[in-house]
Amino acid sequence: MERTTIDLWVGIFVALGIAALLGLAMKVGNLTTNTIGATYTVEAAFENIGGLKSRAPVKSAGVVVGRVGDIRFDASTYEAIVSINIDRQFSFPADTFANIYTAGLLGEQYIGLEAGGDEIALKEGDKIMQTQDAVVLEKMISQFLYNKASEPESAAKTPTHDDSVKTDDDALTANAL
Amino acid sequence: MTHSYIHIAVKRFLQKLGNNFIDQIWRLGAGARLFALMLISSGESFRRFRLVVREVYFTGVLSLVIISVSAFFVGMVLALQGYNTLQKYGSSEAIGVLVALSLVRELGPVVTALLFAGRAGTAITAEIGLMKATEQLSAMEMMAVSPVSRVIAPRFWAGVIALPILAALFSMIGILGGYLVAVPLIGVDAGAFWSQMQANVDWRFDIVNGVIKSIVFGVACTMIALFEGYDAPPTAEGVSRATTRTVVTSSLVVLALDFALTSFMII
Repeated sequence: MERTTIDLWVGIFVALGIAALLGLAMKVGNLTTNTIGATYTVEAAFENIGGLKSRAPVKSAGVVVGRVGDIRFDASTYEAIVSINIDRQFSFPADTFANIYTAGLLGEQYIGLEAGGDEIALKEGDKIMQTQDAVVLEKMISQFLYNKASEPESAAKTPTHDDSVKTDDDALTANAL
Repeated sequence: MTHSYIHIAVKRFLQKLGNNFIDQIWRLGAGARLFALMLISSGESFRRFRLVVREVYFTGVLSLVIISVSAFFVGMVLALQGYNTLQKYGSSEAIGVLVALSLVRELGPVVTALLFAGRAGTAITAEIGLMKATEQLSAMEMMAVSPVSRVIAPRFWAGVIALPILAALFSMIGILGGYLVAVPLIGVDAGAFWSQMQANVDWRFDIVNGVIKSIVFGVACTMIALFEGYDAPPTAEGVSRATTRTVVTSSLVVLALDFALTSFMII
């Protein structure tokens, strides 16, 4: 079979294509950084998962140790059941704490695992008992406003009044002025 | 009097409309038949793979220059525009994610397919149309050589092989162009550029989906170009019209298919 220059060019072309795909996989995609091998799955129930999505990272001490599997709604307890796939090389104690955090101010949400002190390790199919819900900004603001409203005296008195013997009425009028 | 003139004009218009519609349906059927025939008789192009390699040279290798140059500029423009908007929200480091995701998911496969239709699709249509006009295809049939397995099938498989490779190159070169604008020119941190990109571009759901898209576009673009050439009236005007139709139909089909594929993939 004789060789022609066309064969050489097509060979170069195909090699370039494979190199581009490899480059996309290694340099652009997360094939190298976030690959998780064999996993075991545990479940955690949350009252509110906020914006958590499946395939979101599961981190412990900031390091990715797994991925969120599927998320479903339990109609009997009205809770969200999140299945968490954790890499087999990391074992966590049975009393591990699962929190939903947000990366940065506007970032994606992820699950943070905080190891407890139990001797027994989490196994496939186990349930994480201690969970903390996602922080919902509206809830936080309304709670803050509620706390503010429930203690008007301290809120009104704190401003720069050196004589603290004034009556409530005086304090309110002073504040208004 | 005028009433009957209007009557005739409307009738003619409707007749033309109906004729065109029926013609399009006929062409769709004929195209499907050619596709099936081509699939059945593509055994020869794998037994004599040299035929396919030759066509990969003409459709793929010769498209490299236009693909790389346009990818480079598309990547640079994406970085400029993205930076302009992202810095308003104080997140100019996300520019790497923006460039990579838009290229890998959409622009890589789609723009490559559009350029491919213009660069390689027209060449295929004109070549086959002229082969038909100069009765080379009939001559092959006379010699008991099937033009579908000897001419159509190798070009089809070459297009299906070449387009994904070109699309992958487009995405990679576009990202390099975006890097050049974002990091040395604008001054975004190089580490943040790559690390945010790696954290947010998924191998299976972004890159592999892009490759799947480009394979589908390769099938569509090449098949349209082949059919238009095979179906062209054997005249100079017929071939020129077929070439125009190749570009128009391919572009529309690619954009429509892109919407359909994305709606399946995004869930």
